[in-house]
Amino acid sequence: MTDLHLWLIPLVPLAGFLVNGLLGRKFSKAFVTTVALVASLIPLLQVAVIVTKFSSLALPHIENLGSWIQAGSFHADFSFQLDQLTLVMLCVVTGVGFLIHIYSVGYMGEEDGYWRFFAYMNLFLFFMLTLVLAENFLLMFVGWEGVGLASYLLIGFYYTRDSAANAGKKAFIVNRIGDFGVLLAMFLLIAHFGTVSFNEVFSQIAAHPAWQGGFLTAIALFIVLGATGKSAQIPLYVWLPDAMEGPTPVSALIHAATMVTAGVYIIARTHVIFDRSPYALAVVAIIGVATALFAATIGLVQTDIKRVLAYSTISQLGYMFLGCGVAAYSAGIFHLVTHAFFKALLFLAAGSVIHALSGEQDMRSMGGLRRKIPITFWTMTAAVLAISGFPPLAGFVSKDEILYQTFIAPNGGKILWAIGLLTAGLTSFYMFRLWYLTFFGESRTEASEESDHGAPVHARSDTKLVLEAEHEAHPVHESPWIMLGPLVILAILSVIGGWLGWPEGLGGSNWFARFLEPAVGVLPAPSSPESHLTELVLALVSTFVAAAGWLAAHIMYYVRPELPARLTGQFPARYALLKNKYWVDEIYAALIVAPVLFVARWILGVLIDRGLIDGGSLTAGYSAQGLGALVARIQSGNIRSYAGWLALFAAALLAASYFGWTTHFFLQ
Amino acid sequence: MVPIAYYLVLSAVLFSIGVAAFLIKRNIITVFMSIELMLNAVNLAFIAFSRQWSQVSGHLQVNGQIFVFFVMVVAAAEAAVGLAIIIAVFRARNTLNVDQIDLMKL
Amino acid sequence: MHLALFIIFAGLCVAGALNLLLQRHPINSALSLIVVMSSLAVLYLLLGAEFLAAAQVIVYSGAIMVLFTFVIMLLNAGKEERTHGSKLAYIAGFPGAAALLGLLTYIFLSHSAAFGQAHLGEYLATTGDLSRVLFRDLLLPFEVTSVLILIAILGAVALARKEH
Repeated sequence: MTDLHLWLIPLVPLAGFLVNGLLGRKFSKAFVTTVALVASLIPLLQVAVIVTKFSSLALPHIENLGSWIQAGSFHADFSFQLDQLTLVMLCVVTGVGFLIHIYSVGYMGEEDGYWRFFAYMNLFLFFMLTLVLAENFLLMFVGWEGVGLASYLLIGFYYTRDSAANAGKKAFIVNRIGDFGVLLAMFLLIAHFGTVSFNEVFSQIAAHPAWQGGFLTAIALFIVLGATGKSAQIPLYVWLPDAMEGPTPVSALIHAATMVTAGVYIIARTHVIFDRSPYALAVVAIIGVATALFAATIGLVQTDIKRVLAYSTISQLGYMFLGCGVAAYSAGIFHLVTHAFFKALLFLAAGSVIHALSGEQDMRSMGGLRRKIPITFWTMTAAVLAISGFPPLAGFVSKDEILYQTFIAPNGGKILWAIGLLTAGLTSFYMFRLWYLTFFGESRTEASEESDHGAPVHARSDTKLVLEAEHEAHPVHESPWIMLGPLVILAILSVIGGWLGWPEGLGGSNWFARFLEPAVGVLPAPSSPESHLTELVLALVSTFVAAAGWLAAHIMYYVRPELPARLTGQFPARYALLKNKYWVDEIYAALIVAPVLFVARWILGVLIDRGLIDGGSLTAGYSAQGLGALVARIQSGNIRSYAGWLALFAAALLAASYFGWTTHFFLQ
Repeated sequence: MVPIAYYLVLSAVLFSIGVAAFLIKRNIITVFMSIELMLNAVNLAFIAFSRQWSQVSGHLQVNGQIFVFFVMVVAAAEAAVGLAIIIAVFRARNTLNVDQIDLMKL
Repeated sequence: MHLALFIIFAGLCVAGALNLLLQRHPINSALSLIVVMSSLAVLYLLLGAEFLAAAQVIVYSGAIMVLFTFVIMLLNAGKEERTHGSKLAYIAGFPGAAALLGLLTYIFLSHSAAFGQAHLGEYLATTGDLSRVLFRDLLLPFEVTSVLILIAILGAVALARKEH
């Protein structure tokens, strides 16, 4: 068996993190850049080599590096595995990761914490690669937690800003709730299977076809809890919009392309468990579609360009959940891949726009940028078309696959399909709204600059740590090629990436689903000539809906730009509901955070900590002091009182020894 | 013919009187003398027991008396040093009243 | 006769001890203590300890008590003042002393038969008997006590010397 040295893939970025983290501050920017880029390039090259060798491997290819935990009958190893699903994830993580590293060299070039940024990025790569390469739940959990940590570090990168620090904390804490679910799932696995290794668990399940529902549902639901935390679904999505406080490349890598997909990955990886629990699958599908619609409605009215993209991410992740929820895991993973391309592209392009406008993120202060930053414009257009689902771009293929599988799913699939279709329309609408507001119409940037004149630091969430006065607002200019290069590459991928899984209904061979079959199982509905017709019709319907979304945005933001203001005036309550994100954060704060804080501050803090524990130790101290003071009165300095005590106790001693009140007596 | 117990009771009486004197008297030298009284009481007890042991074992046992010998030696040494201390204390405090020598109070 | 001698000299002992307790001037107490010592010497003789009786008179009455007397005269100790230093001495001390006395008396008298009777003239311990034990079995302690006395002398001289 060929040794692919899988362990090297995560370890090289770890080495990069250590070098940059420990030495980066003292060395030049060029040194830091080289280390970071090399540390992210080598895994990509290694993955490329694996791709070439892939057809000759025996799958799943497992490499065991040694025993980790040995406790009684339970043991866990440091073992990595490679199968089709892992390979897909590896390609996405290393490929998109490397492109974003290149982009960041340009975007973060003037930051003081340059070395720190790249150290954290490499750390993130290390953990993410561990997550996808792990062969057992425990090692995967290491990566799972680690990406949460890296995310916290990167979201709170501008740590001097309160909002950024709070966003980092929020992300980590909300993720912790999800991690609790994963831990419980692991404990249940150990209880029922005695092991946490993927292969052993899955082979045990396969050997017992009678195991349905019951404890498997419980395990699956806990995994879903963890997945909703990591992939920002209802109810644990609240951290992702706030996470836009971090630098834009962070949003692209972590919150669009890789980390948030960990939830979808774990569901796809453990599909064997989910296949035995229709109830859990239903939960996944419902959560997915509900979140998709919910987030899309909020995204309709956001004014910060990054917030729109954040809610769009949550919405698209909902689609992936929907795909997994109807047991079309390969469709979900396919959307994961295409989404990585166009969402990363959207974020990086948004970063390019923000860079061009010297830090402006509010879309109301943008406009008319089409001619001034053409390359950014064209790449972003490709991404917008992809996400809206226009054929033949990538987003169309993957989203359509999911919608088709949902349509033909039993038990209410059509209802879910309808909601998904509506969401697709909304997606198209708000993405084109973003497109028009940013690139078309009159330029509104001068107006905002005049009003902001004189303020030393602008409260923009992505402001580089440079005072605005020092970094004079330069005229709108295109970004340097080091930032545009990745944009172009991602744009090309967004266009052609879908062709890997071109559905059979439209003349393709769906190579992607077939490739993933050994890892995630066959699609629920095998293709047949009758189904081809359904697929064609559904594809036409979704294209029509996407076009309708474009048309609405075209009318409201290009032809008649006064319409939005009139509509918000006519429906103020509904507008306020959406603008305030359904007040979910406030509800959570009141229902969950406030009681927890109350318990922590008053019950645990005052009652138990100060009362019981401090009280206990203080009592011990005071009583020792008191007793000591009492006994110290014997030390009067007066000889006669000493003699008195002596006489008394000598008599007592004599009596005790004569009458046998000694140890002999007590030990009888 | 005197029961040995009587000697022992006498020893106990002398000892208790010594303790009482120790507790009552205020002159430091008198207190010291009461200590000597206690020592003597104990010596008497030793010799009485030595006699008793001789009677029990049948032949002469002198170990009790050897003990008394050493007690006497030590008492002599102790008296010498103790009195020297009293003289030193008198020079420092100019009083022989036990109640006024209480610098070691806590 | 043994009993008569015992009672006389035991009575002298107790009387002397009580006198030590009750007298106010330390010199009176010292003289009563001499009486006690001497009576004790006689009692030792009654018990057959010749050497120790002699040692008692020579060392205790003759040397130690004389030393006490010298110090009393040197320091010009006068009548005792009435000071109240410690109530505790009376509260705890007297019960303690009384308890001691009571306990010991009870113990001794209740086992009186086991102790037996002492007869005058029996089991006399001569100086030779004592020396045989001292110089053969207990030679080392004997020599050590001589060192002890030396140290005591040195200590007494060092402590009582006039400071310059």
